[in-house]
Amino acid sequence: MSAGSPQIASPAARLRAAQRLLSDNPAIALTFIFIALFVVTDIVNRAQSGKAFLTPTQVSTTFLYAAPLALLAAGQTLVMLTGGVDLSVATTATAGAFITSGTAQAQGTGTALLLALGLGFGIGLVNGIGVAIFRVNPLIMTLGISSVTLGALTIYSQKRFVALVPNIVNTLGSSRFLKYVPYDLLVWAPIAALIILGLRYSGFGRMIFAVGDNPVACRLAGVRVWQVLLLVYALSGAFSAVAGILLVGFNDAADLGIAAPFLLPSVAAVVIGGTSILGGSGGYGGTILGALILTVLDSLLTILNASQALKQILYGSIILALAWLYARTSSGD
Amino acid sequence: MTSSAALEARPRGGPSAGRLARRHGWTVGVYVLLLLLLLYWQTIPAHWGSFDVQLAIDALPLAFAAMAQSVVIISGGIDLSVGSLISLVNVVSAKYMIDMGFRNALLFGALLLLGSAAAGAFTGSLIVLTRVPDIVVTLAMLFVWAGLALEILQIPGGGAPAQYLQLGTGHWWSQWIPSGLVILLLAYAIFWLPLRWARPGLALYSIGSNRNAAYLSGVGVARTRIFAYALGGLFCGLAGLSLSATSGIGDPSAGQYYTLNSVAAAVLGGVLLIGGVGGLIGPIAAAFVVTLVKTILILKGVDQNWAQVIQGTLIIVVVMIGGLAIRQRRRT
Repeated sequence: MSAGSPQIASPAARLRAAQRLLSDNPAIALTFIFIALFVVTDIVNRAQSGKAFLTPTQVSTTFLYAAPLALLAAGQTLVMLTGGVDLSVATTATAGAFITSGTAQAQGTGTALLLALGLGFGIGLVNGIGVAIFRVNPLIMTLGISSVTLGALTIYSQKRFVALVPNIVNTLGSSRFLKYVPYDLLVWAPIAALIILGLRYSGFGRMIFAVGDNPVACRLAGVRVWQVLLLVYALSGAFSAVAGILLVGFNDAADLGIAAPFLLPSVAAVVIGGTSILGGSGGYGGTILGALILTVLDSLLTILNASQALKQILYGSIILALAWLYARTSSGD
Repeated sequence: MTSSAALEARPRGGPSAGRLARRHGWTVGVYVLLLLLLLYWQTIPAHWGSFDVQLAIDALPLAFAAMAQSVVIISGGIDLSVGSLISLVNVVSAKYMIDMGFRNALLFGALLLLGSAAAGAFTGSLIVLTRVPDIVVTLAMLFVWAGLALEILQIPGGGAPAQYLQLGTGHWWSQWIPSGLVILLLAYAIFWLPLRWARPGLALYSIGSNRNAAYLSGVGVARTRIFAYALGGLFCGLAGLSLSATSGIGDPSAGQYYTLNSVAAAVLGGVLLIGGVGGLIGPIAAAFVVTLVKTILILKGVDQNWAQVIQGTLIIVVVMIGGLAIRQRRRT
């Protein structure tokens, strides 16, 4: 009934309404894109190999695969809300993966996990010190820390140590219970809930938005901006380490390139989710959908036999196109 | 001929020594640092016989990358796609030059320079058109260029005619003058010096230091920003071509090293990240300093990976000090 109503007759008005819907509530549009992409993948898969893709197992697999990416993108969301970006998330995750598999034998599983989390937090803290106290450009700081961490990991990986992925990490990263529920949801869901609720209801969460929106006004209002930034980067490091733990559980071994393919998608997921690159607006809900969309897109590209190179070009273009789109919709009204 | 002469020629009372020191103190400091490192380097016996040629070989692509980055930073932007554009030029040149004669290779190189300048102009146009921040656009382009490079050459390979390799690795006139260094200085003299003191160069500095003021005084801001990225692209092309000449092969991931290190060399060379401050002569010296630090560490028997960690840490410290310098400048 409403579809044929005269109020939205002209295409321009309809486009504007759609744009407003997208900018006000990206989750609706994103859910639609996610489902549409799933259906497209289903059609392509049926055409290519005669098998359906739209099955409960594939939906569950999508969530299983999306969890590490969504956790990397969790820290990225917080950092981007403050107007920065964290290019060390992938390397930090790799560090978490290495520490988990490298110390589990000697120290026990619990200590290994704590060490991995602590290392992630520490790396994030160093990023935070550079960005918050020394005012280094976040991109450069995190890129630099990333290259130093990677160098240190290379040295570590050449040493002799007994690599062992604990069973519980393995289960968390790759198994499911009740046939369809991935175990990594047990890690991801509480963190996601914490971030979404925390951003909305806690003072710290609101301060993240405020700092991203106008750091000068924040400082003048008495907010200790540097403390907010410090904690945000440290949290990003810790979430990345969690993602690394899930990844090492999934792959059953750590290698230096374990998380590298997730770096650009982590930024892309946040941008797709509607968080402004300039900071101050957005949220984690959109990022989750962004991570799910990218995971399905990755499956689709894999079915289509796209090379890693093509995927890279595509992700780069997606980021650019969406950043443009969101910049237009936000400056339009 | 350079800036100090121009300053001294000023009619009104002449500049104070303090101002001269403030303007050029940092650059002079970098050169003193370079000189000290060179002297120290000469005392390590392991390098005996290779003289300056090897250093010029290692530092040449980074010097060009630092020039590319500096031009963009001076204009008030930042270019994260420097490394992957270098990879792209490196890969394309190595893939096709291997079957060419020397003359054709040179011609092809000139074409590639035009192409990389066009690629830079494309990035700049995207930034101006979309109004998306420089950092985001160039981050996206980083992956686009890197993807293209990987598509063109999946694994390291290719090559170039021997005479072409000699351009980067040989020496001219006497064994003391590396040909790469001569080419570097020539490129500086041809592509930068004439611009620096003419309209486009002044426009570059003006949009970097205060975009609104520049716009209000009639500078074509959009045009100048695109020009800055195009010039950056040209220097990236030179970096990629010199990388092919010095390494002898094309490697789709070789450029990664230059993204961060070009920023570091620019900052160490006295270019402030807020834009509008600095020149290219400082970053060139800084590129040699950055390379020399790693070379010395390796000659001293430090493990290659440790050398990378130490070099990276030093770069972070340099950038942090640069950050403090900006805070200081804002305060005064």
